[in-house]
Amino acid sequence: MFFKDYEVASFFDEMFEADGTIRPHYRAIHEKMQTLNQEAFEQKRQTVDLSFLRQGITFTVYGNEEETEKIFPFDLMPRIIPNSEWEHLERGLTQRILALNLFLKDIYSEQRIIKEGVIPASYVLSGKHFRREFMGVQVPKDIYIQICGTDLIRDDKGNYLVLEDNARCPSGVSYLLENRAAMKRAFPNFFPRAGVRPVENYSEELLNTLKFIAPQPKDNPVCVLLTPGHYNSAYFEHCFLARQMGIEIVQGNDLIVRDFKVYMRTTQGLQQVDVIYRRVDDDFLDPSVFRADSALGVPGLVNALRAGNVNIANAIGTGISDDKLIYAFVPDMVRFYLSEEPVLDQVETFIASEEKHYQHILENLENLVVKSTNEAGGYGMLIGPAASKAEIETFRGLIKEDPRNFIAQPPIMLSRHPTWCPEGDFEGRHVDLRPYILSGEKTTIIPGGLTRVALRKGSLVVNSSQGGGSKDTWVLYSDE
Amino acid sequence: MLSRVADSLYWMSRYIERAENISRLLDVNLQLLLDFEELDDVKLKEHWEPVIRATGDAEHFYKFYDVADSKNVTDFLTFNKENPSSILSCMMAARENARMIRDQLSTEMWQSINQAYLFLKSNNAKLVWDSGPYEFYKQIQDYSHLFTGLTDATFSHTEGFYFMQVGKFLERADKTSRILDIKYHILLPSVEEVGGALDAVQWSAILRSCSALEAYHRIFVASVDPLKVADFLIYNDNFPRSIEFCVREMDKNLHRISGCPTDEYANAAERASGRLLSELKYSTIEDAFKQGLHEYLEMMQQRFVEIGGEVYKSYMFHPHIDMASEIVSQQQQQQQQ
Repeated sequence: MFFKDYEVASFFDEMFEADGTIRPHYRAIHEKMQTLNQEAFEQKRQTVDLSFLRQGITFTVYGNEEETEKIFPFDLMPRIIPNSEWEHLERGLTQRILALNLFLKDIYSEQRIIKEGVIPASYVLSGKHFRREFMGVQVPKDIYIQICGTDLIRDDKGNYLVLEDNARCPSGVSYLLENRAAMKRAFPNFFPRAGVRPVENYSEELLNTLKFIAPQPKDNPVCVLLTPGHYNSAYFEHCFLARQMGIEIVQGNDLIVRDFKVYMRTTQGLQQVDVIYRRVDDDFLDPSVFRADSALGVPGLVNALRAGNVNIANAIGTGISDDKLIYAFVPDMVRFYLSEEPVLDQVETFIASEEKHYQHILENLENLVVKSTNEAGGYGMLIGPAASKAEIETFRGLIKEDPRNFIAQPPIMLSRHPTWCPEGDFEGRHVDLRPYILSGEKTTIIPGGLTRVALRKGSLVVNSSQGGGSKDTWVLYSDE
Repeated sequence: MLSRVADSLYWMSRYIERAENISRLLDVNLQLLLDFEELDDVKLKEHWEPVIRATGDAEHFYKFYDVADSKNVTDFLTFNKENPSSILSCMMAARENARMIRDQLSTEMWQSINQAYLFLKSNNAKLVWDSGPYEFYKQIQDYSHLFTGLTDATFSHTEGFYFMQVGKFLERADKTSRILDIKYHILLPSVEEVGGALDAVQWSAILRSCSALEAYHRIFVASVDPLKVADFLIYNDNFPRSIEFCVREMDKNLHRISGCPTDEYANAAERASGRLLSELKYSTIEDAFKQGLHEYLEMMQQRFVEIGGEVYKSYMFHPHIDMASEIVSQQQQQQQQ
C-alpha cells in the first residue's frame, strides 16, 4: 500500500485536498496504483527507463571524459486535469496567444499600443529581442508566433497563473508525446478506460500550421525543419518532429539562397523551400544580418524572407513578446486589442523602471523574486527569501545601475504532485505545466502538456539540467 | 533527398558491413590458430600481419603495440578507439551517422543500431569477449544481419535504400578482395607454388571468413583448391559476397538512383562501376593469375576507391560555400533591394 505517510502540508496538492480526500479525477489512478507493490512499480519504472534509452530518447551531457547521453527522468504517476479545468485553460491560452500575435503585428508596424500610451516606447525599443530591422516587414497571415509553449503554475489556492510565454523556440513537445507512449506501454490495460484525451495528432496539426503560413498559396508547400545540428541537446526532438511530419530536417549548410529564394541541396540538385520551422535562435539565423560568426545560419535567408519567397516559424523578433518586462503588460494587451478581460491570471509583477514600483522592490528584496528581463532558464535570478545578505546587496546594486533589466514578483509556492521517490513510496513534489499552442488557420492546443517536476525534496526548480523530471499529463473527457 | 542524408546513409551502411567483416575475419583467424601445434612469435606475426593489412595499415598498429600476437591484434581490431577500422570505431561511426539522419530511418533500424551501440559501450561487451570471443563476434555479426534484414523489411526501397546498398556492396567487395589477399601474403608468391600441403586448412579459413565454405562446396565437391577458391570469391555469379556479385549489385543500385538503364551510364560513378563489371564478366581466373593475384586484387581495390569517389562527386558533393563571401554578396543584394 502506498501513500501511508503522504503529507499534503500547506501546499496545493494536485491529487489530495487539504483534509486528505482524493480529488475525484484522481480516484481511478489512485486505485490502480494501490494494486501495485513496490517491486512491481520499480519493475515498470525500469522497463520504461530502458525503453527510453533503447530508443535514444536522450539529451547529451558534456563532461570531462566523453559525452554521455542521459534520459530525462520520467515519473510514472500521471498529472491529471479534469475537463472543465482544461476548458478554462484553453480559453485563457487562446485569448492570450491572439493578443500576443496582435501585439507583434502592431509593434512591427503602426505601434498603436505605444502611441495610445499603454506601453512606454522605451520598454519595447530597449528590449534585447526587439528587431528593429523588421519594422514594416509583412508576415503571411499576420501570424508571428505559430508555436508557443506557455508555462503555467498553480498557487497555494490552486489558481492557474501564467509564469511565462515561450514565444521563440519552445522545446519539450517530443517528451510530451513520448511520455504518453511510455505510459501506454506501462499500463496497457488501464488506459482504454481511463478516459484520457489523445495527444498523438500534434505533429499533424503542426504540419498543417506550417503549410498554412506558406508565403504563396501552393498545394504542397515544401516545409523543412532547421536544426543547429546533432550536437544540440534538443536534436532528438528535432528528428522526432521531422520524422512524424515527414519533412526534411536540414542544417544551415544544407540550404543556400540564390535570387532571393531558399534552396536545399539534394542529390538531384537544388530544390526550393517554402516554409522553415526553425529551431535556431534569431541571432544565428542569418550571418549576413545578425551574428556574422554564426556557422549555423543561412546567409541571405532574411533577404528571401523580405522578398516574400519563404516564411519561417516562429517569425523573427517574437522574443520581444516574451521579454519579462513586456510580460507585465500582457493583461493590458488583452484589454487593448480584444476589449476583453484576461481569462487567465498571471503573477503580479513589479517593474524596476516604474518609479512607484522601484521603491517597493528595493525595500522588499528579501521577500521578492527578482528576474533579469532578458535572460531565460533561471539565469540572473534572485530568490529573496532564500538569498544571503550579500546576494541581496549585489542585486540592489545591479537594479540601481540598470532598472530596465529587472522585474520582481512575489514568490509563488508551486502546487505539489505525488511523485515516486527512491525510498519506495510517493511524496509531494512541485510541478509546473507547459501546454503547446499552435496558431495557424485556427488556434489549436494539444489536450495535455509537459508537466515538469522538481524531483529533489523541497526544490522549486523543474529544469532538466537541475534535477527536474517530467510526467505524462492527462486531460480527461470528463471531470472524473 | 538531401546530399548530406545520402552521404550518411551510404557511410552508415558501409561501417556496419565493415564491422561485420572484421568480426568474421577475427573469429575465423582465432579459430584457425587452434589448428596449429606450435606457435612462436615469428609464426604468430606471419599469421596476424596480413590480417592487419587486410583491414588497415600495419604501421598504425605498431604505434600502439610491440608484438603482433593474438591478444594485441584482436584488441587493435576490436576495441581500440584510435583505430578507425576497429569494430568499436565502426559501430560508433555507424551509429553517429544514424543519429544525424535518424528522422530518415525506420524506428526498427534505429533501435537495432542503437542497441548495438549500447551493448558495445557497456561493460558487458568486455565481459562477453573475455568469456569467449566467439560469442562476442557472433553477436556483432548478428547485429549487422538484423540491421540489414530490418532495412530490407521496414525501409522503403527508394533512393535512400539504393545509397545504402551501394555502400554495403562496395564495402563488401573491398573486404572480400582483402580477405582473399591475406592468403597471397602467406602462401602465394607465384602460381607454381599454389596447392602446397598445409594449404587446405588455411584456404578453408579464407572461405569461412567470407561465409563461403558451404556455398563453395555446393559447386566444388572435392577438397579445397586454391585456384577454385579464388575463382569462386572473385567471379561467382550467384554467391552474394563474391566480388563480381557485389559489383553487379552496386552497379544496379547506382543505376536505380539515376534511373538510367544499366547498359548505359548517366555519370562518372556509373561509368566506373559499369566498366569494372564488364572487366569482371569477361575475364577469367587465369587472367588474374597471369597478372599476379595480389596485383590483380590491389588493382580492384583502387577501382573501388575510384568508384566511391565518383559516387561522392556525383551525389553528395556540392561546391564549398565560402561563408565570408556569401555574407558580403547577400548584404550587397540587400542594399540593391
